[in-house]
Amino acid sequence: MVTSSKLLDTDDPMDPVTNEPARVEFETHPSRYKHWKLAVDGDVARLVMAVDADHPHRPGYELKLNSYDLSVDIELADAIQRLRFEHPGVRALVISADLDRVFCSGANIYMLGLSTHSFKVNFCKFTNETRLYLEDASALGGLASIAACRGTTAGGGYELALACDEIMLVDDGNSAVSFPETPLLAVLPGTGGLTRLVDKRKVRRDRADVFCTTAEGIKGKRAREWNLVDHVVARTKWDETVLARAKAVAAAQTITRGSAFALPALGGTVATAGAVDSLAYRFVRLVVDHATRTATLDVTAPDAVEDPDAIAATGAEPWALRAFRELDDALLHLRFEHADIGVVLVRTHGKHDVVRGCDEALAKSTTGFAREVRHLQRRVLKRFDNTARSFYAVADAADSCFAGVLLELALGSDRFYMLLDDKGTIGVSTSVANAGFHQTCTNMSRLEARFYGDPGKVDAILRRGAEGAIPTEEADKLGLATVAADDIDFADELRIAVEERASLSPDALTGMEASLRFVGPETLETKIFGRLSAWQNWIFTRANSTGEHGALTLYGQPERPQFQWKRT
Amino acid sequence: MTAGTVLTDDKIPNNVNLSGDKRLQRALEAWQPAFIDWWKTMGPVGWQQKDIFLRTAVSVETDGWAHFDYVKMPDYRWGIFLEPKVEGRLHHFGDNLGTPVWDEVPGEFRNLLRRLIVTQGDTEPASVEQQRDLGATAPSLYDLRNLFQVNVEEGRHLWAMVYLLHTYFGRDGREEADELLQRRSGDVDKPRILGAFNEPTSHWLSFFMFTMFTDRDGKYQLAALAESGFDPLARTCRFMLTEEAHHMFVGESGIQRVCKRACELMKADANGEVRAQGGIDLPTIQKYLNLWYTLSLDLFGGEVSSNAADAYAAGLKGRYKEERYDEHKLIGSTFAMDVLREGKIVHEDVPMRTALNEVLRTEYIKDCQRGVDRWNKTIHDAGVAFELKLPSNKFNRQIGMWSTLNKQITPDGQIVDASAWAAAAPSWLPTAEDETYIKSLMKPVFEPGKMASWIAPPLKGINNLPGDFEYVR
Ligand SMILES: [Fe+2]
Ligand SMILES: [Fe+2]
Repeated sequence: MVTSSKLLDTDDPMDPVTNEPARVEFETHPSRYKHWKLAVDGDVARLVMAVDADHPHRPGYELKLNSYDLSVDIELADAIQRLRFEHPGVRALVISADLDRVFCSGANIYMLGLSTHSFKVNFCKFTNETRLYLEDASALGGLASIAACRGTTAGGGYELALACDEIMLVDDGNSAVSFPETPLLAVLPGTGGLTRLVDKRKVRRDRADVFCTTAEGIKGKRAREWNLVDHVVARTKWDETVLARAKAVAAAQTITRGSAFALPALGGTVATAGAVDSLAYRFVRLVVDHATRTATLDVTAPDAVEDPDAIAATGAEPWALRAFRELDDALLHLRFEHADIGVVLVRTHGKHDVVRGCDEALAKSTTGFAREVRHLQRRVLKRFDNTARSFYAVADAADSCFAGVLLELALGSDRFYMLLDDKGTIGVSTSVANAGFHQTCTNMSRLEARFYGDPGKVDAILRRGAEGAIPTEEADKLGLATVAADDIDFADELRIAVEERASLSPDALTGMEASLRFVGPETLETKIFGRLSAWQNWIFTRANSTGEHGALTLYGQPERPQFQWKRT
Repeated sequence: MTAGTVLTDDKIPNNVNLSGDKRLQRALEAWQPAFIDWWKTMGPVGWQQKDIFLRTAVSVETDGWAHFDYVKMPDYRWGIFLEPKVEGRLHHFGDNLGTPVWDEVPGEFRNLLRRLIVTQGDTEPASVEQQRDLGATAPSLYDLRNLFQVNVEEGRHLWAMVYLLHTYFGRDGREEADELLQRRSGDVDKPRILGAFNEPTSHWLSFFMFTMFTDRDGKYQLAALAESGFDPLARTCRFMLTEEAHHMFVGESGIQRVCKRACELMKADANGEVRAQGGIDLPTIQKYLNLWYTLSLDLFGGEVSSNAADAYAAGLKGRYKEERYDEHKLIGSTFAMDVLREGKIVHEDVPMRTALNEVLRTEYIKDCQRGVDRWNKTIHDAGVAFELKLPSNKFNRQIGMWSTLNKQITPDGQIVDASAWAAAAPSWLPTAEDETYIKSLMKPVFEPGKMASWIAPPLKGINNLPGDFEYVR
């Protein structure tokens, strides 16, 4: 048995087929960053992109010109998270680069060329989530961001800028923002760029069309006129203008922040026994069985009701934070390391009242810390929604604990299997956590999404839940269970469902699940994940990008691409 | 529109039927006043109202491109000349090999082509800006005149590129043409595009090195563009090359005369002290050579470049004298070159198309070596045992794969640690003291036929005129 942090070291074992690291470490710390420098000065933090070309995520390419890969983005995600918890005094984040004439040249193209399809998809998903976290920090965390682009800002580099509240571009007659993906690589800017251009920045769609097909991009005055950037600034005025904007943006923040809380390491423990890999943390355990291509994900409640502020004040980590950080980490490992796993059985353990109590305490607290914990739970649950695996929630034991915030896991799963036991011990409980503060990416609660167009059902469940636990039989009547079966049928019912699911096409399932999960009107987020990513993933598998003569395949090669000219 | 801005074939000598091309006339009429403004504010300081004995191109015929007369610089007739069209010309390299060349810009390559033209065009006014103060310290009237000749011709090269932008690139082209007059060499806010064109050319030693090495980069870039399948670009560049030859002559013969003078002074003094006698010693010449040569190597771009591959594949930019080669598609062939792998220099085969910047740089290096050989012959003939050397192509690089070891590679191409490099750097590259010394020598000499202390007279005058001819009056 090896602790995961040991696997961080240089000789990571490689997957023999893909030559990708067999294990990815998502936990990091500013003291270990290879690609970013984080500095905090009063209410302004500076995150300087200084990508170390010699330390890519996997061998085979160099991260030149501040291009990025997963290893760069993991650190960015860590920095944003830590700023929210560990530096509550920071109100404005300035993202800049250490290079003189380049801000960021986007995702590393050679990395994309070397990666498997599944890695590419998961990489894009992760970077998209990270960009959304920047926006989330600004909208809900009182931490606004400024992209200080003092040089070429291309592709994913501009997408990173688009995720910030303001974009400053140096006006040196040369530096441009650009989306060269379509004209140069025959793919899309896949990290929300297209959607943010027109939906967020309201760039006129015909101008966006011109912009996205002009490889060299748009600079100076016109970039401002088209609202591709917010400010164009001369080099000589650069530092003072950036600082002035950062100060102004910081001063405009109205959300109060809490006291600082240092996020401790998670240190999950990995173990392998035959075809079974397990990853265990304090409250979360993920066991994957490669033989059956299924996994179990278990989340355990704390022993007693916790007051999150009181616990955090002692330096310890409350369950409400810890368990969800563990879940987050487990989901990432599942995505990146276990592509073969199709079905995940989600189970919970503990006492309903304890979880409900924790939820109440968290909801009641008005501290900035408690608010950050609620937001983190919400983000992790969204990561769960966005994971391309079939999730079946299973309540089949006396200690089953789909209560409050843990009930969200059942509501977020594709199906919910509940055992009808004689004594009515097994059931679900609702809490304040189910009544709105854990919104999905369509800005509905999971209950509202489940009963889309029928708010009466949501009210009925919450009213009934307020009276206490809802046993399986009643939960089934209220529409919470997909299948409720007694102990004669349950085991078989579940086994057959899992085996059947595991036999279906993983591609079709991914598309089907994504279409059914995100009920209701589109948002920027659903468009980015659903529309943009879907198109991008389609394009990635087409000959025009990744075929023998595709543009992505031939990028940097002596030959020019040859396209197949048929439009769909 | 005022009468002064009407552009006639007489004001703008040309062979592009300017008087019959209303669209081009209109574009140039808007641009020309801005150009004159730029020339007056950013061109040579002083001397604008003097008569300078200049060469003007008035046609592309053999006798037409070198028409000598006295002219005031602002009245210089900046013309637009393309080499005559060769009917039936075909793409002779790249993916379109054997198909007719383009007379119009193909949409597919519009941006790539515009970028090539803008990058080339940007260097022309940049060098005029870099050299604008030199008139005050000219070592002779002969040199003063040569400086202005180079300046007005760089101005004409700008016209040539602007002609292409105006004629073939619509509104974007006009905007780019305007911006060529807005960027400024060395300006922190609006620098010129390429590094070497933002370095100060603050004295005549640097000017000669610039015209020797940096203009020679221009020659190779123009030669590669002269192969272009975009025919108007090819024809424009071919004509520019005739003028570029003179610029390199100014540089090469200038340094040769400085070397000659250094040797004379070495022999005149018992201790061989050149500086004590107001000359520039050979080791100092070597340092400036190191500086300008390496700055110019950077101008060829990255050693392994997909842009270079694209430009060749598209038929937009060829190799130097493409016709000398047997194979013109370059798929599957390789180029053996030094590359940096995990901090070490290794010799490797690189796919030819992606190595084309390095291929062109290699041709350039050979050409530079020929010039240095001639300097060494001058030194040798003077009986002095000293040899000027081109440093390694990896030394002092700011662009390309060697730039990561910028302050670790010696002029011999060895990798050393940064502290050893820093300790030796003052013997490799000009120091602040060297700059101060060279500038202290820069006293003008404006008497016909006389030379400054640090430079020997030229072998013969311009257009075979006598040594004391009054080139500027
Ligand atoms: Fe020129
Ligand atoms: Fe020149």
